[in-house]
Amino acid sequence: MESNDILIMVRPNEFGKIEIELESIVMQQFGDVIEQVILHKVKEMGIEGISIKAQDKGALDYTIAARVETAIRRAI
Amino acid sequence: MKTILGREIPDYIEGYGRVTPFQGAFSDGGVKTRTAVKLTSVIPNDQKVLPNLEEALDKLNISEGMTISFHHHLRNGDFVLNKVMEGLAARGIKDLTVAASSIFPIHAPLVKHMENGVVTGLVANYISGPVAKAISEGKLKKPAIMQTHGGRARAIESGDLHIDVAFLAAPTADTYGNINGVYGNAACGTLGYAVSDAEYADKTVAITDNLVPYPAYPIEISQVFIDYVVLIDSIGDPKGIVSGTTKITKDPVALIIAKRAAEVIKASGLVQEGMSFQTGAGGTSLAVAAELKKIMQHEEVVGSFASGGITGYLVEMLEEGLFRTLFDVQCFDIKAIESYRDNATHQFMSASMYGNPHTKGAVVNNLDIMILGATEIDMEFNVNVTTGSNGVIMGGSGGHSDTAAGSKLAIVVTNLIKARLPIIKDKVMTITTPGESIDVVVTERGIAVNPKRVDLLEKLRMAKLPLMTIKELKLMAEKITGVPKDISTSEEIVAVVEYRDGRVIDVVRKVK
Amino acid sequence: MEKLRRTMLFMPGNNPGMLQDAAILGADSIILDLEDAVSLTEKDSARILVREAIKTIDYSQVEVVVRVNPFDTEFGPQDIDVIARVRPDTLLIPKANEEEITLVDKILDKIEIEEGFAHGSIKLIALIETALGLENVYKVIQASKRIVGVLLGGEDLTADLGIERTKEGEEIFYARNKVATVCRALKVDAIDTPFTDTNDYEGLAKDTARAKSLGLTGKSAINPRQIYTIHSVFAPTEAELKHALRVLDAMEEAEKEGKGCCSLDGKMIDAPVINRATCTVEQCIRLGLISDEVEQDENNIR
Repeated sequence: MESNDILIMVRPNEFGKIEIELESIVMQQFGDVIEQVILHKVKEMGIEGISIKAQDKGALDYTIAARVETAIRRAI
Repeated sequence: MKTILGREIPDYIEGYGRVTPFQGAFSDGGVKTRTAVKLTSVIPNDQKVLPNLEEALDKLNISEGMTISFHHHLRNGDFVLNKVMEGLAARGIKDLTVAASSIFPIHAPLVKHMENGVVTGLVANYISGPVAKAISEGKLKKPAIMQTHGGRARAIESGDLHIDVAFLAAPTADTYGNINGVYGNAACGTLGYAVSDAEYADKTVAITDNLVPYPAYPIEISQVFIDYVVLIDSIGDPKGIVSGTTKITKDPVALIIAKRAAEVIKASGLVQEGMSFQTGAGGTSLAVAAELKKIMQHEEVVGSFASGGITGYLVEMLEEGLFRTLFDVQCFDIKAIESYRDNATHQFMSASMYGNPHTKGAVVNNLDIMILGATEIDMEFNVNVTTGSNGVIMGGSGGHSDTAAGSKLAIVVTNLIKARLPIIKDKVMTITTPGESIDVVVTERGIAVNPKRVDLLEKLRMAKLPLMTIKELKLMAEKITGVPKDISTSEEIVAVVEYRDGRVIDVVRKVK
Repeated sequence: MEKLRRTMLFMPGNNPGMLQDAAILGADSIILDLEDAVSLTEKDSARILVREAIKTIDYSQVEVVVRVNPFDTEFGPQDIDVIARVRPDTLLIPKANEEEITLVDKILDKIEIEEGFAHGSIKLIALIETALGLENVYKVIQASKRIVGVLLGGEDLTADLGIERTKEGEEIFYARNKVATVCRALKVDAIDTPFTDTNDYEGLAKDTARAKSLGLTGKSAINPRQIYTIHSVFAPTEAELKHALRVLDAMEEAEKEGKGCCSLDGKMIDAPVINRATCTVEQCIRLGLISDEVEQDENNIR
């Protein structure tokens, strides 16, 4: 995983919940924001019941949103 | 108490003592005293050479609570510090203070000694690797004391830092203790950071893997300062001591920053016959040197000196006639070592001559242009090079505060953003160098000039450089990254940051 | 005022770090690449990332060009559909031929209406990199009013011709000549093929000078470090600047004397000549090659 990027892995969540597991090099400074961006994209795409594992290396919001969208589209 | 820079620091710190707060870069001048040194005279037929390190440790009679010192010219290839500490730990000695001019990853075994109480205090100008992490985690009993290169020399010479035994790694030593750093398997070039230790420590031991017949040539540290000489198999790994060649960065953003910095230098009007210059050893710093070289060649200017840690690039500039001499406090690569050894205009400078504010004039006072780095900068231009973005110690001033204070034009070159983190903050986590010493911040997205430098602002404006206020730079960064949350720390102080004059400019607290 | 297109910098579309920095690297145009720089398995990733980048990042300082995949691949049509809707400045169409340009032009018409963009606001640059494309370059340009330039793709062209690509570039002499001529005739930009040895700045300067001397108006770059050299070569020479200033002076004189038009060295100075001179002078001011007083005079003329 390159600097400024984020690796997103998704799988369906059997309980119909949205679960996010986040690792980030800027966890303290931006952890909350990153989770919000991921959540926002998931809701925007109308997805319920998803488990997301994210490994962040300092991605900006636009990258996070793009990678989440790509991961979800591929999974569908 | 609140310092003049707005930092909250206790009046007294356990393990350190009473705190004298920083009052300004040049607030502590006037009459100073160099401390007197007690020594044991040596008469004809006295033997200095000891058969091994164990015998030296026997003779030295090191006891609890003592301060022992090391220099860092063998950098990340140093074997000496670890070997000495191993020997001392084996003897069950505890509560030692290690005054090493810098600590590198190779010194990781120190962590164990810290955990076992062998080492309870540390004084250094630059700390990196596992030791830095361990200190940040609170594994050192007393707060570490972080000084500047010039400040350490001051502390030693004034007696503020009393060294009981100085262990001097010597790439070459003769049987009477004359030392140089230019010959031997572990050649490192100049020994600028070892001089004050040699001159002022109660006892000194030269530890070498290249024992030559008396007298050695050249002599960088004289026999009159050396008590004992010990020969060991190897004092260091050449691969960790020097790089083959230090190279200019290829990163396109760094190159843009370097170009901008050169434009600032040009617009400042300081590129003139007799100018002086110093830069770091990193890729971006060298890129600035490369840009400056083009300007100097174009203007047909010959500088008086380039200084600092010297790299092959600066040696080339010397050889091409762009500077009359070099002042070298440490050699970073093989080319620098060879040049120092063979070229008389490549001169030695001790740490004291380099940056000690309490002498009759340090080299930094004569410096025109200085290129610096930063992990964080705040709205008052205070710079942090001590702790990283996560609050953990990752360096220290080194010569940062010294050169920033002395130079006419102190330029910080840095990316505006590193891995989503803006470099510019409301408040830096740790103040290493005060804003009054910093003149310009150059990033790839804009240049900020310290508002106090009205003259410089005018010159740069006329040159049509992309100027903005430091606040505008910060907002620009935050627009891209979002606003970062602050790192939370506990109250526990793990390091005390001393300014050049020994006064406390900030403290490092343990990260939660 | 003509937009400067001295350099067009290729950036891999799937690399966030590079997309973020693209605007400050000094190029006049950035080409966010969804084609050759992106592996087949990541085409979807890159498309979405570039879409988000264009929406969010401040690219106001540069021309944003996106190289989409060829229309006859499974990726091309989707690239155009997704990217056009976030309104890049320009699309770069690879392996351009008359048919494809006509098709893309119509698709963009439709998208612009759907999205409420001004008609024709999304431009096209044709990447001429096949023998057929080269021979038909006149028709390719004519196929759409959106075409603002042609980019010559030397690597693929020589591959198509089955010949060796060299640093000296003799083998693409005809291609360069033809592209420069046709572009000049049709008043669009002619952008040269990239110089692939990123460590050879001397070679780059020579190659760029050769392209300039044949009438190409800009050059593509594959590494940001090439930009400075290319710009130096394309900067107006002192002679060009002197001439431009003389043209503007003559204009000023004529205006003062109440004359409607004027001549210089026996030739009539008409609008295109004045435009060219103004651009040259402006470019020099922008590049810091001439001082403020000239800038003020120039503003008076405008």
